[in-house]
Amino acid sequence: MIEARGLTKRYGAKLAVDGLSFVVRPGLVTGFLGPNGAGKSTTMRMILGLDAPTLGSVTVNGRRFADHERPLGEIGALLEARAVHTGRSARNHLLAIGATGGVGRRRVDEVIDMVGLTDVAGRRAGAFSLGMGQRLGIASALLGDPETLILDEPVNGLDPDGIRWIRGLLRSLADEGRTVFLSSHLMSEMALTADHVIVVGQGRLLRDQSMSAFISDASADVVRVRSPQLTELAGQLDRSGATVRRTGEALEVEGLPSDRIGSIAAAAGLTLFELSTTGASLEEAYMALTADSVDYRSADAA
Amino acid sequence: MSLAQPVTLRRVTASEWIKFRTLRSTLAVLAAAIIGMLAIALIVAYNTRHLSSSLQPDDLVPSATLQGRYLAQLLIGALGVLFVTGEFSTGMIRSTFAAVPKRLPVLVAKTVVFTAVTALSMIAISLVAFLSGQVLIAHYRPGFSLSDPGVLRVVLGTGVYLTLVGLIGGAIGWIVRSTPGSLVAYFGVILVVPVLFGTVLGTWGKDVAQFLPSTAGASIASSIREPYTLGPWAGLGVLALWTAGLIWVAAVQLRRRDA
Repeated sequence: MIEARGLTKRYGAKLAVDGLSFVVRPGLVTGFLGPNGAGKSTTMRMILGLDAPTLGSVTVNGRRFADHERPLGEIGALLEARAVHTGRSARNHLLAIGATGGVGRRRVDEVIDMVGLTDVAGRRAGAFSLGMGQRLGIASALLGDPETLILDEPVNGLDPDGIRWIRGLLRSLADEGRTVFLSSHLMSEMALTADHVIVVGQGRLLRDQSMSAFISDASADVVRVRSPQLTELAGQLDRSGATVRRTGEALEVEGLPSDRIGSIAAAAGLTLFELSTTGASLEEAYMALTADSVDYRSADAA
Repeated sequence: MSLAQPVTLRRVTASEWIKFRTLRSTLAVLAAAIIGMLAIALIVAYNTRHLSSSLQPDDLVPSATLQGRYLAQLLIGALGVLFVTGEFSTGMIRSTFAAVPKRLPVLVAKTVVFTAVTALSMIAISLVAFLSGQVLIAHYRPGFSLSDPGVLRVVLGTGVYLTLVGLIGGAIGWIVRSTPGSLVAYFGVILVVPVLFGTVLGTWGKDVAQFLPSTAGASIASSIREPYTLGPWAGLGVLALWTAGLIWVAAVQLRRRDA
């Protein structure tokens, strides 16, 4: 459980994080979404005590992270930028970190095996590819078998195999009752992994709700209908109070569920070729929500 | 039941020892300092094997063969700097502080490991360098032995001096954080500032210079007392105060700054 209360971080004139309050609950995978520069990484660093909040506070299982006796067992963290000395081998890196909490060679070899780095564990971390570096970071996060995982862009640089693996890993960790908090820019990935979302923009909290509620709130469901008698059907639906838009060979109907549309067509003796519900995607929901709070937008997207 | 045990200073020290011995760069710098001390001792001994009028009085004292410390102080200082700044430049420090969020144990443990490694190796190599030099000299003329007055103080003092200036390098690393910046600051403190005060600023400059870390500390490692320098024990005390003061500054700012 991570609890942030009025968390604020100011760098000079810029407010990177502006009064963020949220709770990340155990047993769920919570996604942390927001455009670049929205304050996600800064928030994660404040949870770990790497950066001190200008105002507000954040606790992990009721205490400041620094006040925990066994930090490795409390939070396992993967931070966006690499956090490994490039001159040291993967195994020695993990041995050094593990030693601070009495975690020895057996567990180190275990996590190396879990992330699939056994063959390269003796190589300098500086020679690792991005994906191997991510795997080492994940191994480091798992080292102390922590109650809480904080992962900044964990799938960054992973191959499809690795992405599937980490999705399953996060799911099983959450199912064991652990707190899993991850950020990602890959909306499709987040939609598959996260149960709950916290969305920030320009350092402020925009949404804190379940994934399904977030997506359905963001836009109304649209029903797509095709029929050889399109004009007649449009008239019938219009009289039933729906908003109807004609797009080429089909109608997009808002304000009526698909069952009702089918019944109306049947009652009027109209043939239907297609009747499909198109729910909004996480990506659409996210884009709609953060459209106003993007710091760095590419020119053609503006 | 948690896998991770409570963080203790002993465990953090074990971690820092793993870090120290698993980096080729730090081991290479330490090896260079050791080889440098020995090589310079033998070269000085060979060059001064015959008494001649071209030799200065300070070529013939016990500390003459320990002049490798002028090179070693740069290498050991760089070692102290790199042991700390290597973590900041690579981002390793975030992993370290995530494992030890109270931070101060990391500084203490690094100091303990560095002091142990440097004191052991530098005192040992000072003894070896001195004795090797004297063995070479003894083939041609009488040399010195460890039991001669003041010799043991100079030999052990050389090792202690190198350990203390190395700790100053480490403290500067914590304060400055960047590798190039820390190296410049260290060389400035050890080499440049003493010259500025000692030669450019006249008598009052010399009065100040004797209290600077490297000038004060040099007296414990020298058989001859230069004008405008403190006595060996007072000098060592002043160097130790500088070292302790800088480590204290490093510790105070460590708690407050973002990593």
